[in-house]
Amino acid sequence: MTESLAIRKFSDLANPTRFLALAERLLPWMAGLCCLLFAAGLYLAFTTEGDYQQGDTVRIMYIHVPAAWLSMMCYSVMALSAIGTLVWRHPLADVSHKAAAPLGAAFTLIALVTGSLWGKPMWGTWWVWDARLTSVFILFLMYLGIIALNRAMDDPSKAARVSSVLILVGFVNIPIIKFSVDWWNTLHQPASVIRMGGPTIDGEFLRPLLVMAMAYTLLFFTLHITAMRNEIWRRRIATQRRLAARTASREV
Amino acid sequence: MTALLLRDLKLSFRAGGGALIGILFFLTVVAVIPFGVGPDLNLLSRIGPAIVWIGALLAALLGLDRLFQADRDDGSLDLLLMQEHPLVLTILVKCLAHWLANVLPLVIASPLLGLFMNMSEVAIGAVMLTLLVGSPALAFIGAVGAAVAVTLPRGGLLVSILVLPLTIPVLIFGVSASYAAVEDPAPFLPPFLILVAITMFFAVIGPLGAALALRNAGD
Amino acid sequence: MRLLAENLSAHRGEDLIFSNISFELKEGQALILTGRNGSGKSTLLRVMAGLLRPASGTISFWYDAARKAHNLGEVAHYLGHRNAMKTELTVRENLAFWKDFLRDAAGGTGYSVVDAARAVELEQVLHLPFGYLSAGQQRRMSFAKLLVGYRPVWIVDEPTAALDVSAEALLARLMREHQVRGGVILAATHQPLELLDVKRLEMKGFEFAAGDED
Repeated sequence: MTESLAIRKFSDLANPTRFLALAERLLPWMAGLCCLLFAAGLYLAFTTEGDYQQGDTVRIMYIHVPAAWLSMMCYSVMALSAIGTLVWRHPLADVSHKAAAPLGAAFTLIALVTGSLWGKPMWGTWWVWDARLTSVFILFLMYLGIIALNRAMDDPSKAARVSSVLILVGFVNIPIIKFSVDWWNTLHQPASVIRMGGPTIDGEFLRPLLVMAMAYTLLFFTLHITAMRNEIWRRRIATQRRLAARTASREV
Repeated sequence: MTALLLRDLKLSFRAGGGALIGILFFLTVVAVIPFGVGPDLNLLSRIGPAIVWIGALLAALLGLDRLFQADRDDGSLDLLLMQEHPLVLTILVKCLAHWLANVLPLVIASPLLGLFMNMSEVAIGAVMLTLLVGSPALAFIGAVGAAVAVTLPRGGLLVSILVLPLTIPVLIFGVSASYAAVEDPAPFLPPFLILVAITMFFAVIGPLGAALALRNAGD
Repeated sequence: MRLLAENLSAHRGEDLIFSNISFELKEGQALILTGRNGSGKSTLLRVMAGLLRPASGTISFWYDAARKAHNLGEVAHYLGHRNAMKTELTVRENLAFWKDFLRDAAGGTGYSVVDAARAVELEQVLHLPFGYLSAGQQRRMSFAKLLVGYRPVWIVDEPTAALDVSAEALLARLMREHQVRGGVILAATHQPLELLDVKRLEMKGFEFAAGDED
């Protein structure tokens, strides 16, 4: 039953009109749930005890870490969409990675800014060129590059194909950047939640962090679907306007 | 003339405009430097002002070749040249629009790059101030290069080659004023005032030269 | 109103394009240039607009016996092969810009943007980006540019390129209206535009150049 539903939904998605109808129904629920999760997450974040070493500044973590996760997840979503564009020529995939790029840039920016605010009291400097920070900064530049590429081309389907190539090349490039800068002295702490042998982080911090992570993820998907819907509408308006220009001369 | 300013600004910010690309180039150029010289924060903070200035200089040259070429391609340049109001004024306004859309964002982004370069607050402020005062000169000098290369099919690179040597005085005084603000014995004001003078000088010379070049480039 | 061209000649590179061209136009008259490709029609029009310097000769324009224009370009519209409109901006923004930038020359006022668009029968597309229009619509809209700022002299180079018969008739009518209001037209065209009070000038190209045989 669920499987047949899933297949039907997937083929439904191929059609932008069906997608719009689905988005119409899903969005209010997603937005509502997202608000609830954020309320809960922020409440937890501000009521749990501060770290004995870092004091209240540790609370930045609840904003910073999920944003950093999302910045990478967003790129993965874009890479999947890019494959969809290049392999299946799926029109929604075009819309998907175009809509995701500004979101990814925003999440990366949040991660960079909050990291910088956290770094000042902890490390005594706003910014260091260590492996983690540098690779996130490069990720940010890549997002901006993809946005600029999309803006530079008039024809949306051509722009989608070209930027798909860039996204995939970038996806291959990310691990290379990450490892090639690893020899640099690293101030940033190593991964502490998702690692072999269980999280090293205390449960006290883990609970709000996970709630915030869920809230962020839901926020991403809410915004992503909204942005996709807007993009579809934008393209339809452009088509309508071209049509208007054609019919205008026929009347004369 | 306000209409021309507004039109050029609109064109820069509409889809396909170059305003975003300049700032992205600036970020990228400056971000590449630490890979070359290593992540030593002391070294970076010492060379920071110079790096930010050079990055801004290169990024400011980026969109210059289109300053007149875009208007030439669609025939607007002919009409701009024919009018009664002085061509120098038209060019000055176009330079101003270019500066507002493409160079001012670089000035605004420069403190961010100052942080990346581990520069002190005073140094960041000094670089931003000198860029604010010095960068219009880049647009005015660039206008001459853009006007000279307007009829060339691939003038972009040539514009940079023509313009870069002329911008060296701006770079010298911009960077020396920034350093003077941080390092104690050197006074800040003299190089800064010279920078102001250079900008004002080129605000006159640049549009005049560009007007002369455009008048003679007719085809 | 009097437009006088005396002994004009022009070079392109080393080649002499034309020489010894003289004509005089009075209020309401039109000059139609004909001749084969490369005979120098466009070059002559660009010389008249002040966009190319003539190798010799003078162009002068008098509003009346007492007042003379500084140069012809200031009192003329030039419509070349290119439309001088930005594809990124809407038609309204384009026309509004040119109206504001061109202003009116002495002796008349231009149409409002809407009226100009109505005159070329395209007021429905004012809100669309210029790039969305078809080639013929773009040409008509760039013709509307001649209406928004008043100029006594219109210099038009193949104005009806890319146009169908009805649009051609439309532009011809607008040009005749300009002549009725006392305007002068210089046009390079092969279409029978049926302008009023026409003088014709056939450009013979290289044959004009003395002793230059090819």
